[in-house]
Amino acid sequence: MKLITHNMLTSKCLKGVLQGYPLAINATDVKITEVDFNPEFVSRIIPKLDWNVLWGAADSLGHSEGLPKTVEPKYEDQEFLKKAHHVLLEVEIEEGTLTCPESGRQFPISKGIPNMLLTEAEVQ
Amino acid sequence: MSKRPEHQAPPEIFYNEDEARKYTQNTRIIDIQAQMTERCLELLLLPEDTSCLLLDIGCGSGLSGAVLEESGHMWIGMDIAPAMLEVALEREAEGDLVLSDMGEGVPFRAGSFDGAVSVSAIQWLFNADKKSHKPVKRIYNFFSTLYAALSRSARAVFQFYPENESQLELLTSQAMKAGFYGGVVVDYPNSAKAKKFFLVLMTGGAAPLPQALGTEESDSLQVKYAKREASKNARGKPLKNSRAWIIEKKERRRKQGKETKPDTKFTGRKRAGRF
Ligand SMILES: C[S@@+](CC[C@H](N)C(=O)[O-])C[C@H]1O[C@@H](n2cnc3c(N)ncnc32)[C@H](O)[C@@H]1O
Repeated sequence: MKLITHNMLTSKCLKGVLQGYPLAINATDVKITEVDFNPEFVSRIIPKLDWNVLWGAADSLGHSEGLPKTVEPKYEDQEFLKKAHHVLLEVEIEEGTLTCPESGRQFPISKGIPNMLLTEAEVQ
Repeated sequence: MSKRPEHQAPPEIFYNEDEARKYTQNTRIIDIQAQMTERCLELLLLPEDTSCLLLDIGCGSGLSGAVLEESGHMWIGMDIAPAMLEVALEREAEGDLVLSDMGEGVPFRAGSFDGAVSVSAIQWLFNADKKSHKPVKRIYNFFSTLYAALSRSARAVFQFYPENESQLELLTSQAMKAGFYGGVVVDYPNSAKAKKFFLVLMTGGAAPLPQALGTEESDSLQVKYAKREASKNARGKPLKNSRAWIIEKKERRRKQGKETKPDTKFTGRKRAGRF
């Protein structure tokens, strides 16, 4: 699972959960996949991100070095976009769990795929 | 008995390892899924020359996603069948994958996506595979959470295989109830083979429904199409490729002394699972 996905993913489909965001990360295996750098895509996506959550996620995986804690208003800087690209698209959680901040429900990540399936009793 | 996949088993069972592999190795299927995804993209009306973040609902083994990649978009796919996602991993899909059931809701926060596509998947929502499954409720839950996950002005386009008109109405009415507007575009409505259904949903700003392919002017709505087919029938000449049409044609061939297969109960039968 890429951090761009983590930035969007919630556990709000759980009955009784309102935001379900952000999901806490517990990673046991992280891999880096090379992805073509597309500065235009990265700069378009930045306003849609919860930057605090991205920074926190990157930091918890040991990949926050050089990543500013807040976004500059002028984020066309190539170095910055490259760093954001790396964190959003190249750092991937292979194995681990995500935890719902409201209910504590855990969602396993296996082979890079988070399992968000609910039980019948958990569905809204 | 019907051979529609949805009637055989729940999706996560039907799309097992064998089916996932078969599905992804068949070049005919690959071509068809690619074509339909291209049409979905066209109907999405994304801003030109812009890479977008798209949601692929029922992404399966990534056949639809491959087309999104080629068009320069990043995608996140959700699917209920682990075996299909497994094949997507093997194929090194560039999109990111999430194992989830669309009927339980779209698990993403507000405004995440610039658009959503879904190729050959939402007809599965008409199933009630568990005791607790109420299709109408699952469909509404799906559309309302999808609506929230899309950015304003985004669209969602679904190619799917409805079984009958009431399914079209149910889907459209639940989508409207969830805040969308739009409707069904039927491409090539007069061709048994090329006919394709696309549910086009819009989130903001009134816009006319796009023009269907293979039709004249404003024939694009299902309702109009149904009337048209009926009136054609009424004119006496059987609809092309229908059973009556085939039997008539065979009769002509026999009269001409040409070798012709006998008429059986299989004559003119629709191919499995599609109408
Ligand atoms: C015919 S395949 C199409 C896959 C892909 N879109 C393509 O074009 O190749 C339909 C997919 O829908 C998925 N599906 C069916 N019901 C679903 C549900 N409730 N939630 C998520 N995915 C579902 C199936 O697992 C299957 O992978």
